Amino acid sequence: MTGKANEIIGKEAIEKKGWWQAYKWLILRRISQFAILALFMLIPICKWMNPDADCALGWIIKGNLASSKVFNAIPLTDPLLLLQMLAAGFSKVAIDAIIGAVIVFIFYLLVGGRVFCSWVCPVNIVTDAAFWLRSKLKLTGGARFSRSIRYWVLGMVLVLSAITGSLAYELINPVSMLHRGLFFGMSMGWFVIAAVFVFDLFVAKRGWCTHICPMGAFYGLVGKFSPLKVRADARSACDDCAECYVVCPEPQILKPVLKGEKKGILPVIQAGECTNCGRCIDVCAEEVFHFGLRYKNDLPKVKTTVGGKHEVIS
Amino acid sequence: MSNSQSKKSQKKNKVSRRRFLSDMAGTACGVGLFGLGIGLYSKSANAIKPQAIRPPGALPEEDFLAACTRCGICVRDCPYDILKLAKIGDNVPTGTPYFTARTGPCEMCDDIPCIPNCPTGALDHSLVDINKARMGLAVVVDQETCIAFLGLRCEVCFNVCPVRGKAITLDYQHNARSGKHAKFIPVVHSSDCTGCGLCEKACILEDAPAIKVFPQRLAKGDLGHHYRVGWEQEKKYGGSLIKTRDKHQYNLPEGVRYDYEGVGLITDEKGNPIVDPSLIKPKKAEPEKNTDKPATNNPLDILNQGIKEAE
Repeated sequence: MTGKANEIIGKEAIEKKGWWQAYKWLILRRISQFAILALFMLIPICKWMNPDADCALGWIIKGNLASSKVFNAIPLTDPLLLLQMLAAGFSKVAIDAIIGAVIVFIFYLLVGGRVFCSWVCPVNIVTDAAFWLRSKLKLTGGARFSRSIRYWVLGMVLVLSAITGSLAYELINPVSMLHRGLFFGMSMGWFVIAAVFVFDLFVAKRGWCTHICPMGAFYGLVGKFSPLKVRADARSACDDCAECYVVCPEPQILKPVLKGEKKGILPVIQAGECTNCGRCIDVCAEEVFHFGLRYKNDLPKVKTTVGGKHEVIS
Repeated sequence: MSNSQSKKSQKKNKVSRRRFLSDMAGTACGVGLFGLGIGLYSKSANAIKPQAIRPPGALPEEDFLAACTRCGICVRDCPYDILKLAKIGDNVPTGTPYFTARTGPCEMCDDIPCIPNCPTGALDHSLVDINKARMGLAVVVDQETCIAFLGLRCEVCFNVCPVRGKAITLDYQHNARSGKHAKFIPVVHSSDCTGCGLCEKACILEDAPAIKVFPQRLAKGDLGHHYRVGWEQEKKYGGSLIKTRDKHQYNLPEGVRYDYEGVGLITDEKGNPIVDPSLIKPKKAEPEKNTDKPATNNPLDILNQGIKEAE
C-alpha cells in the first residue's frame, strides 16, 4: 500500500511532532481500555487477595460489559443485548436493563458508536496485537471478503435469537466471553480468544473487528449519527505518505474524505465504521486530521489554525 | 458510437450486477451457515446439567436463557460467593449463573441480595420471601445407602433444613428387621422445599449424597389436570362431594348387580339400606374361608365376593 513499508509507521510524525503527539491517541486509548478492565477487576483481585474481605471499594462497578451497575446505582446494559432479548421474545424486561441500555446508547450516540470498539472493547487489544504481529512478520494476503458481512451477521444474530428463543450468540460471542472471563473465569474461553487472534493473524487482516463482529456492526450503525468525528480540514496539506491507510482499521472510509475536495465531499469522516481511535491523527506528520464536530464545515483550511484547534479540542 | 458505448456500459452493468448478486448470495450463505452452526450448537449448549441449580427467583429455564445478560451482578451480590458464571465447557449455558448444592448451597438470605440488582428481571424481582423460592426440589435418591433407611439415627438433612419440619419431615416407620425399632425416614415436601441444597451439602454420605436437589422440571411430575384428589376436594368444600346414590353404578357385567351384604348401595324408597339376611349369613358361618384366598388388587373381586359365595 505504501512505498515506505519497511520504515516504522509514524516515524515522520515522531520526527516532526515529537513522540507524545505521534502516539497520544493510541496511548490514551490503551489507558482507557486497561482502566476499564482494572475497574471491573477490583473485586476479583480483592477476593483473590483475601477471600473473606467484603471488598467495599470494588462496588464502584460490578458486572461486565453486558450489564453493570456503577456505584450501586446507575445501571448500564448493552443495547444490542436488549434487542436480542426482545427478539428472543422476552418482553417483561425489568426497568434497569431498559434505562441502562438507553444510557449506553445515548453515550455512544454522542461520542461515536464505535468508540466502544476502540476505547472499551477488550478484544480490540487482542486484534490490534494480531495486526501488529502480522505487520512485524510481514504476513500479507489471506482471505478477502466484504466488510459488509458484519451487518449480515448482525441480522443473523437477531434472527437467531428469535428462532432459538435465547441469547444464542452469547454462547460464543468472543467479546462478552473475554470481558466476562477476565473477571469470572475464562477456562476454555481462551481458545475462542486464541481463535480470533489466529484468524486475524493468518486468515484475514483485521478480520474479526472490521468484517465479522456484529457488535462492531451495531455500534457502527449507532455511530452514523454521532456528532463527534475525525475531521480532515487540512486535507490539502496531505503529502500522500499513506501511513493513515496503514494504521486505520477501516481504510476504505479515509480516501473519499481525504481526496474528495474536488468532488465536494465534506472534510469529515462521517462513516459509522470509523472507530474514533485517532490513530490517523497520531500518525499524520502534516496534521491533516483532528477530532471535531461534524457540523462545523466552514473551518478555514489553514494548517496553523487547525493545529491550534487540535490543541484546544484535545 | 454512443450506441456502442451504452451497449458496453450495459454489458458492464450486467456483469457487475451478476457479480453483485453472486456476492450477496455468497455472503448470505456464509452468514447463514455461521448462524446454522451457532443455532445447532445452541441446541446442546443451552442444556443445563442437573447438578447446576439456578439462583433464587430464576425464571423458568427457557425464559431465563432469553432474559439473562450473563453480567454476573448476582454473583457479585451473593455474600457467600456460591454463585458462578458458567464457563464454556461447564455443561451450563455459557455465562449464566448457577450454584452446585453439594459444594456450595444457597444460604437463603432473608433479603435475597442476588435478586434486586438483576438488570433484566431474569431473577424475578417480585420474589421477596426466600421461603417462596423454588430453585429446585430435594429428592431422597439413594434409599439403599441413606442410613435412615438402614434404621440408624441421622436426621442431618431434617435438621439443617431452613424450612425445618415443613420441607423435610420424618416419617416413623416400623423397622421390620429388628422388629422393635422405628426408622426415621426423611420425606421431602415440594410445597415447602426451596431447593437451597443445604440438605445435599450436609448429607453424611461420601461422594454422592443420598438427598439431592434437582431442578423442578426433573424432580416433580404433574398429575393430569383431570385428576381431583377426593380428600383434598373434601377439605376445600367442607364435606363429601358425592351424595349417597340410590343405585351405585359399578362397571359390572350385564345382569350382575352389587349388593354384597345388602348394605349401603341398594336402598328402599326411604333411603334405608335393604338388608338381605340370606347374604349375610354365609359370611358369618365361615369367616375363615377368606384366609385361603389372599386379597387381590382387583376391587371387583372383593365387590363380587359375596355374590359368588351366594351362588
